[in-house]
Amino acid sequence: MEGLEGIIREHPFFAGLDERFIALVSGCAKNVRFEAKQYLIRHDEPANEFYLVRHGRVALEIAAPGHGALTFQTLGAGDIVGVSWLISPYRSQYDAQALELTRAIAIDGGCLRTKCESDHDLGYEMMKRVVAILVQRLHATRLQILDVYGR
Amino acid sequence: MSMAAEGAASAAAGVAGKPAGPDPWLPRLGRIVSRRRDSRDAWTLEIREQIPQSASFRPGQFNMLTAFGIGEVPISLSGDPAAMDRLIHTIRPVGPVSTALAQMRPGAAIGLRGPFGSGWPLRQAVGGDVLVVAGGLGLAPLRPVLYALLAGRERYGRITLLYGSRSPDDVLFHREIVSWSRRQRIEVHVTVDHAASGWDGHVGVVTTLVPRAQCEPQRTVALVCGPEVMMRLTVAALHAHGIPHEAIYLSMERNMKCALGLCGRCQLQSVLVCRDGPVFRYDRVRGLFAHKEL
Ligand SMILES: Cc1cc2nc3c(=O)[nH]c(=O)nc-3n(C[C@H](O)[C@H](O)[C@H](O)COP(=O)(O)OP(=O)(O)OC[C@H]3O[C@@H](n4cnc5c(N)ncnc54)[C@H](O)[C@@H]3O)c2cc1C
Ligand code: FES
Repeated sequence: MEGLEGIIREHPFFAGLDERFIALVSGCAKNVRFEAKQYLIRHDEPANEFYLVRHGRVALEIAAPGHGALTFQTLGAGDIVGVSWLISPYRSQYDAQALELTRAIAIDGGCLRTKCESDHDLGYEMMKRVVAILVQRLHATRLQILDVYGR
Repeated sequence: MSMAAEGAASAAAGVAGKPAGPDPWLPRLGRIVSRRRDSRDAWTLEIREQIPQSASFRPGQFNMLTAFGIGEVPISLSGDPAAMDRLIHTIRPVGPVSTALAQMRPGAAIGLRGPFGSGWPLRQAVGGDVLVVAGGLGLAPLRPVLYALLAGRERYGRITLLYGSRSPDDVLFHREIVSWSRRQRIEVHVTVDHAASGWDGHVGVVTTLVPRAQCEPQRTVALVCGPEVMMRLTVAALHAHGIPHEAIYLSMERNMKCALGLCGRCQLQSVLVCRDGPVFRYDRVRGLFAHKEL
């Protein structure tokens, strides 16, 4: 457990998080690995877990009719994959596929959500961190939609 | 020193806004030597002047290129500043003049005035790290800087190129980027906005690459060129990464007519882009950014 706690403490997503909360988060965490091409997340499936990437690369994909899978973002060490675990209806909005051997910490979303409900200080910390990621991705999406390079 | 005065002092190939040599209003005659496709929609022309002059220029400068009978537009120099005998320009067709230029075949006549404008601040970068951030065709005006940095590699710390493009087919100078990252002492990260499966590189906007740059923010000079929206968001990301505004330089684009600081066509409030720019230190043009009216 100490190993997991150390990794979680060091991960940018949890930077500066109170030790008490690190222990709570670690209680919902486990080590996982994915081979290249294996899916971490499938579109529209329950968002049971999210992942702190430690090594490797993951593609976030959307299936577009007639175009196959379109990758709209790739993530790597230090990133998190999956935010739907905190946001109702807790279903994934895209596919996430490992592009190479990927090692990560999987966090049980249901377990952490229950802890967030019973300790709102923890819930607020998680909400702030997830919102920061959503804002970054919103900015990125705007740039992609504007298609600035195409003009 | 005023911005205009500094721009003037820094232009090696003559006073900024006024090229060295003969009548700056009169296009010199050149011929296309070669034309090659460098991405889905960008062509690179190699031009030799009819009466050869020194093709010396500062990375970041531009020429006014004439397609005779159609018009004249500003186009950055995209070649090696040390290759004095030929002029290289990379052009994306967006309207009548740029289309006529991009379609020119070997042997065709072309007019040119210049080089004009300020260059990238290579001297300020000596001894520190250099972070080059390019978006789309913005890599063209930055390529001469990369040549110059690599030619004097030992004078700089870490050199990083972050390049964002629309899709894999739009990546400019693809082969050269690969060779820079393989053979040279320069760290290269390329990203595309979206990709079909088969592309195994990074996907995401160029700002997502900034945290990957292995530079020491307090001793880094950042050189940024691309569409203005991209530059604005990149400046924010660089600043969040710890790079001060005074160490960020960008190249601005405005329509031009005279390129000599006389007609006012390229004016942005108190600044004339052709004379004081196109390369500006960010803190000096910050207020001009993001105004719809400008
Ligand atoms: C300092 C400087 C350096 C430049 N360097 C290069 C370069 O290296 N390579 C290159 O291809 N272009 C470069 N440009 C842009 C180039 O000058 C314009 O694309 C050109 O003037 C367009 O003229 P046109 O007659 O072909 O099209 P226009 O009829 O003037 O415009 C046609 C359409 O294209 C749009 N447009 C005009 N300018 C641009 C632009 N800059 N970017 C995107 N869309 C535009 C217009 O809004 C219009 O919708 C540079 C501009 C400046 C100011
Ligand atoms: S184009 Fe700049 S003043 Fe004429």
